Amino acid sequence: MPVTAAAPTVDPTDPHPGPRPGAGPTGDGAPRRRGPRTGWGVRAAWGAAAVLPLVFLAVFFVWPVAEIVGRGFVADGRLDLTGFGDVLTRPRTWRVVGQTLAQAGLGTLGAVLLGVPGAYLLYRCRFPGRGALRAFVTIPFVLPTVVVGVAFRSLLVDGGLLGGLGLDGSFVAIVLALVFFNYAVVVRTVGGLWERLDPRAEQAARALGASPWRVLRTVTLPALGPAIASAASLVFLFCATAFGTVLVLGGRRYGTVETEIWIQTTQFLDLRAAAVLSVVQLVVVVAALALAGRARARTEAAPALGGGAADARPVRLRDPLDAVAVVVTTLTVAGLLALPLVHLVVRSLRTPRGWGLDNYAALTVPQDTLAVSALQAAGTSVRTAVDATVLALVVGGLVALVVSRRPRRTAARRAVAGLDALFMLPLGVSAVTVGFGFLVSMDSPLGLPVDLRTSPVLVAVAQAVVAVPLVVRTVLPVLRAVDPRQREVAATLGAAPGRVLRTVDLAVALRAVGLALGFAFAASLGEFGATSFLARPQDPTLPVVIFRLLGRPGAENYGAALAASVLLAALTAGIVAVCERLRRPGAGGAW
Amino acid sequence: MSDGLQVAEVVVRYPGAAAPAVAGVDLSVPTGEVVALLGPSGCGKSSLLRAVAGLEPLCGGDVAWDGVSVVDVPVHRRGFGLLFQDGQLFAHRDVAGNVAYGLPTAARRDRAAREARVAELLDLVGLPGTQRRAVGTLSGGERQRVALARALAPRPRLLLLDEPLSALDRALRERLALDLRAVLTATATTALFVTHDQDEAFAVADRVAVMAAGRLLQVAEPAELWGRPASREVARFLGYEAFVLVPDPGAAAPPAVRALVAAVAAAATARVPAGGVLALAAGAFVVVPDAGPGTAAAGVTGTVHALRSRRGRTEVVVDVDGVGRVSALAPAGWTCAPGTRVALHADAAAVAGLPG
Repeated sequence: MPVTAAAPTVDPTDPHPGPRPGAGPTGDGAPRRRGPRTGWGVRAAWGAAAVLPLVFLAVFFVWPVAEIVGRGFVADGRLDLTGFGDVLTRPRTWRVVGQTLAQAGLGTLGAVLLGVPGAYLLYRCRFPGRGALRAFVTIPFVLPTVVVGVAFRSLLVDGGLLGGLGLDGSFVAIVLALVFFNYAVVVRTVGGLWERLDPRAEQAARALGASPWRVLRTVTLPALGPAIASAASLVFLFCATAFGTVLVLGGRRYGTVETEIWIQTTQFLDLRAAAVLSVVQLVVVVAALALAGRARARTEAAPALGGGAADARPVRLRDPLDAVAVVVTTLTVAGLLALPLVHLVVRSLRTPRGWGLDNYAALTVPQDTLAVSALQAAGTSVRTAVDATVLALVVGGLVALVVSRRPRRTAARRAVAGLDALFMLPLGVSAVTVGFGFLVSMDSPLGLPVDLRTSPVLVAVAQAVVAVPLVVRTVLPVLRAVDPRQREVAATLGAAPGRVLRTVDLAVALRAVGLALGFAFAASLGEFGATSFLARPQDPTLPVVIFRLLGRPGAENYGAALAASVLLAALTAGIVAVCERLRRPGAGGAW
Repeated sequence: MSDGLQVAEVVVRYPGAAAPAVAGVDLSVPTGEVVALLGPSGCGKSSLLRAVAGLEPLCGGDVAWDGVSVVDVPVHRRGFGLLFQDGQLFAHRDVAGNVAYGLPTAARRDRAAREARVAELLDLVGLPGTQRRAVGTLSGGERQRVALARALAPRPRLLLLDEPLSALDRALRERLALDLRAVLTATATTALFVTHDQDEAFAVADRVAVMAAGRLLQVAEPAELWGRPASREVARFLGYEAFVLVPDPGAAAPPAVRALVAAVAAAATARVPAGGVLALAAGAFVVVPDAGPGTAAAGVTGTVHALRSRRGRTEVVVDVDGVGRVSALAPAGWTCAPGTRVALHADAAAVAGLPG
C-alpha cells in the first residue's frame, strides 16, 4: 500500500510553479532558507536600537578613553611605546599593581566567606524581620564610595570608637571597607539562586545517609558554584577598580591602579604613566569580565530550579549549619555593616562644643573656600543624577532589549554577544580615565563647535556611562527569562512585531525597571571618579564637596564632611528604597 | 483540490543538524477537517507544525492556503493560530486579558464587544466567570482551556495544536481530548494536531498522519489506520507488538499461526494475503481459563512470562510458540504462576493484515 499523501504535489493554481528554490539538493553548500522576510520598518527599528547605544558608547566612552590612552603612546605624532618600559620598570607601579590584586583578592575572599552564610540565612530561611534585614544588607552596596570611606575613617581615626586598634590608613581598613561594600553583591547573587534551587536534590542526599555538612559540600555548594563564581568575579572587579573609598582610606601608603591613575594625572601630570596604567587596568578588567561572563552563562543555564520562597523554612538554632549562619551573619551585620553607619551618624552629631546639630546647620552655608553650601551641592547632585538616570535607562534599556534577542544567524548571534560584552566595559575601565578623557576630547565633540566642557550636561553623561552596565545587568536577565514561545504565540494571535515587543517584552521588563532605576540613580548620585574631573567649581556635586571638606584642616570642616556624608547616604538609601518598592515580587536582576 | 491547507514537499533543516528535521512532507487539511500528526518524539512533527505557522524557515517545499502560498506571509498575518503544550499564557494578564489578546483591533477597543466575545469563548471551553482570575491560580487543565479559548478568539482559519494535552495527567487528558474534539467541531475549526499518543489522535482527529524520521508514513482515517497499517513501522508505533508471516496454504505451520489465520479468515475483518504479514495487538490471544490438558481444540498454548493488571483486567505476557512474546487477555481476577503453560484462543479483532 503506498503512502496515502492526500495533496497533489503539482497544483494548477500553484503560484510558484516549477522547481522551488531550495528544494532538493543544491550541491553548493548550505540550502537557501525561505520564510517571511522581516519587514523593512522592523529591521530599521532594531538597527536604530543597536546603533543609538553604540554611538553613545563610541562618543562618550571609547573616544575619550582612546584619547587619553593615545596621549601615552603618541609622542610628536609618532607611536612611542617607550612609556611601557619606563612605567613598568618603576617599583612604584608594581607596588600599586600588587596592592590592587591583594586588596581585591582579599576583599573578594572576605565577601564570599561572609556572604554565602548570609545568602543562606536571608534567602533559604524564614525568620521575623527577614525583609527588613535583606533591605538593610543592600544599603552598603548603593552607598557612595566616598561615604563608605568617610564612615570607616571616622571609626578608625584617633578619637574614633575603634581608634585604639591603629587601623587608620592601613591595608586592613581598606579590605574591610571593600567587604562592607560588596557583601550585598554576594548575598543577592548567591541568595537569588539558592532561593530557587530545587531542595529535593538535598533531600535525596540526606535520604542516602549524607550528613548536613556533606550535603552542603557535595550537593549544595557545587550547585551554587556558578552563582558564587559570578558574584566573586564581579566583586573582584568592583574591588580592583575601587576609587573613592581607597582614596579616602588609603592615605599616601595604599592605593589601587585607579587611584594611582588619578595621582599620576592630577598630582604628577604624568599622562604617559596614567595611560600605561589604564591599559594595565583594562587587561585586569577584561580578564575578570571574561570570567564573570562565563560563570554567568552557566548560571543562566543552571537546571534543577524548582520550588520558590515557600520552600524557605524557619531557622533552627540546634541545626549546626543554621547556627553557623546565624553567628556569622549576626557578627557581619552588626560589626561590619551597622557599626560604621551608626558610628557615622553618631559622630556627625558631635561638635567641638558637645552634642548637637551644628554640623548639619553648617550644610546650609558655604564652608571654607567652597563656592556653594552642601545643600546646594545636594541639589546639583540630584538634578544631575536625574538626567544621568534617564540617559542610562534609555541607552541601557535599548542594549538589554537588543542583547536579549537570539537571532537565527550565527553572525548576528555573535554581534549580539559582542554588544553585551562591550557594554560591560564601563564597569571596569577607570572612571578617572573617562572623566579626564572627557576634559581633553569634549572641547569640540565630533568636530562640532560646542564646548561641552562648560556644560553641566557633561557630568550627567559621564555618570550615565558608569550607570549603563548596571541597567543592562538588571534588566537583561528579566528579558532573557521570557520564553521565546511567548513572542511566537503572540505573533500567531495576530500581534505585529511592535505589539509583541510592547505586550510581551516591555510588559515583563517594566517589573525590573524600578530596580534598574534605583541602581542607576545611586550610581550617579555617588559617582566620584569622573565627576571629580568634570564638576565645575561653581556647582560641585555632594561627593565632591565631601572630599574637598575632608582635605581641609579644622574640626568644623570634618564635622561638616560627616554630616554631608549622612545626608548623601540618606538620600541614596531613600531613593533606592522607593525604587525597590516599584519592583514587583519575583522580578529582579543578577544582583 | 486547493481548499484549506496544503503542505508540499516541505523540508525543515536546523543549522548544524546532520539530517533534516522534516524531509519532504506532503499533506493537506481541507477546511473543517481535523488532522492529527502522530509520531514518536523527535520525528519532526513539531518542526512541521512550526514551519506551517511560519516560525521556522523552509529549506524546500511550499505551504499554501486555498492554493495561495503563505511562505512569504509573516506569522501574525497568516491567520494560523497556535496552541503550545504548556499553553504559554501571558502571566502578566488575567484570564480575560489573555483571551482578548488576539481579538481584532476593533473588537479589542470596543469594551462591550470584547467582554461579550470573551464570555462566549470561556463558556465554550467550560470556564464561565473566570475572567478576572490570575493565570497563576489556574490548574494545568484550566490553563489549557484558557489557551484554547485565546487561540480561538481571532477565529483562525487554521488552528495548530502542539501536544496540547501532553503535560496533563491521563484521566484529565482523556476527558479534555473529548472536550477538544467537541469544541473544534462546534466552531468548525480546521486544525492540525500534533501528538505522540495514538488514543488521543484517534479521539480528536478525522484523519491521522503517522510520521517518523521526518517523513509521513501513512495518512488515513482512524479506523482504517488501525485496521490496515501500511507497514510494520506504522503498526509497531500504533501498538502492534508481534508480526507473523502468513504461511502458504498447505504448508506446515505452528498451531498458533494456523489458529490466527483461521480466526481472521472466519471474521473477514482483515485481508490475509498469502506471503503477507499479520500484526498482533494486545488481546490477539485470549487465555482459556480452566482448560485441562488437551482441551484446547487447536492446541494453542503459551508459557506465562508475567502477569500485569490494566484497568482491572488481567493481562498475561505469554511466550507463544511460532509467534513470540505477546500480551494476551485473561478474565478479571484470573491468575497463575509465571512458567505455567496456558491454553489460548485467537481473537481476530486485535489482528491486522499487512502487505508483505
